[in-house]
Amino acid sequence: MTDFAVETRNLRKLYGSKVAVRNLSLTVPRGQIFGFLGPNGAGKSTSIRMLLGLAEPSGGSAFVLGKPSGDVAVRRKIGFLPEDFRFYEWLTAAELLRLHGRLSGVPSRDLQKRVPALIDLVGLTPHRDKRLENFSKGMLQRIGLAQALIHEPELIFLDEPTSGLDPMGRRLVRDIIRSQRDRGATVFLNSHLLSEIEITCDQVVFIREGEVVTSRDLRSPQETAAHVLVRARNLTQAMVDGLAPWSASAIFDSDQLTFTVSSRDVLPDILRHLVGSGAEIFEFTPQRMSLEELFVSVMGRDEGL
Amino acid sequence: MNLWIMAAITFREAARKRILWTALIAGAGFLVVFGIGLHFQMADFSPSTPPFVRYEILSGMLMVGLYTVDLLAVVMTILTSVDTLAGEITSGTIQAIATKPMPRWQILLGKWLGFVGMLAIYVVLMLGGTIAVAGSVAGMTPQRPVEGAALVFFECVIALSICFLFGTWFSTLTNGVIVLGLHGLAFMGGWLEQMSGFTEGSRLSMVGIVASLAMPTEAVWRRAAFRMESPLAGSLPQFAIFSDYSLPSPQMLVYAAVYLLIALAVAIVHFNQRDL
Repeated sequence: MTDFAVETRNLRKLYGSKVAVRNLSLTVPRGQIFGFLGPNGAGKSTSIRMLLGLAEPSGGSAFVLGKPSGDVAVRRKIGFLPEDFRFYEWLTAAELLRLHGRLSGVPSRDLQKRVPALIDLVGLTPHRDKRLENFSKGMLQRIGLAQALIHEPELIFLDEPTSGLDPMGRRLVRDIIRSQRDRGATVFLNSHLLSEIEITCDQVVFIREGEVVTSRDLRSPQETAAHVLVRARNLTQAMVDGLAPWSASAIFDSDQLTFTVSSRDVLPDILRHLVGSGAEIFEFTPQRMSLEELFVSVMGRDEGL
Repeated sequence: MNLWIMAAITFREAARKRILWTALIAGAGFLVVFGIGLHFQMADFSPSTPPFVRYEILSGMLMVGLYTVDLLAVVMTILTSVDTLAGEITSGTIQAIATKPMPRWQILLGKWLGFVGMLAIYVVLMLGGTIAVAGSVAGMTPQRPVEGAALVFFECVIALSICFLFGTWFSTLTNGVIVLGLHGLAFMGGWLEQMSGFTEGSRLSMVGIVASLAMPTEAVWRRAAFRMESPLAGSLPQFAIFSDYSLPSPQMLVYAAVYLLIALAVAIVHFNQRDL
């Protein structure tokens, strides 16, 4: 069994002459909550559609749970909540889950237990016999999440699972996502809510124009990006220029220096460089960058979220 | 098997969304009007009306009733099925289904079978109702009603398959315009061919045949009408609108069957290959 739930190599998607995904290469370890980030038009949804077999790649390769993307049999182990989940609105919540369960190959006797349990899990028990046409957007998101979980999949793709949800709903979804990881599933999460991603995901990748720009392990302190504030005497422009191997964002003003590093591993080297160059350090304070700050620093301010 | 789950859910959709019931209620309204019309016609016959004329008039009325059912069935086929693939692809509804562990052909064929089941019920109820009304009110029955019903059903399945074919390419509205347009072409072509029979105009006949080759639904109806109408039909020209002046051959039925299978096969292949 491969160690990766998802693995792509140079994945590419063209629509005519328009490039939707340029060259996506990434690996998603099993058992993680994996955040897939990028600005609008970065190719996130197209990439997910290729991984699920909904769109045919123009080039490269993609493997999902060790099988080529689109493999019919492996879909039994995959759950999917599409963005703006829509389904037959004439079905009730319970009927929807039974249908998806049957299509996913869940035996009827298992569905008798799972359907009410999942409806309860997403907080829709009072609405189980209501038709979906009477559901709000938030309720549709909840029942959509339940349908993605009805067959206890090994890999779950969630495309904007918290859109349309109130704070309580977002918290519920967050808890459900964590419980899926705790039972051993891999969650592939695409969301614009970076604060949600930050407190939920184990690892994130940033993509732009269908290419991975950078990735972060959010559970590793060493890999955490940081803003650093330095107050020192005898700072010179030459010392600041000497920071180039570690940071390209240093701002020097009299006795104060600020810069950003992508990993805290380099902080001792920077400190040695400054002291060795003759700076007298009074303060050297790394401050954790939020994911949103990191996103902006990686993507640039004008790309939009 | 997921094919049958899709067929069942499609059938249930029609029932739950009241499509089938609305169509049947409208059909019942038609049967009432048809029965009243026949009743008044019977009452209007005088004792001096020759039995042969009575028979020709009632036979003509029965064929008009059956033709109306045929039109209703084809239009209902198009209106109910035009959105099933096209709409679900456009809205993204199909995505949650197409990621389930089943090949795409099962989705398409399952939906197609669901509609086929619904159409079978509709055709049996509507044609059966028309025949029952004509029999009870006027004592008229068509020749070979089972064969006629089978051909009308076949015609609906052709229209259904064309809806599925273009539904894999185009939006609901475009699909509807194309399929209704094709049926309109077939309708006109059928009548041109029929008219050519009166005057033995080979060029007019050729236009009709080409139209029937493009969309053979109306040709199948004319074959059904020929099989159901009285052998005495056409004796009085003013009641002979469905008579066999220009009868589609059995080869046309074979062509229509091949046409249906190719439409369905191309729909499956394209649905299988396209991005969703």
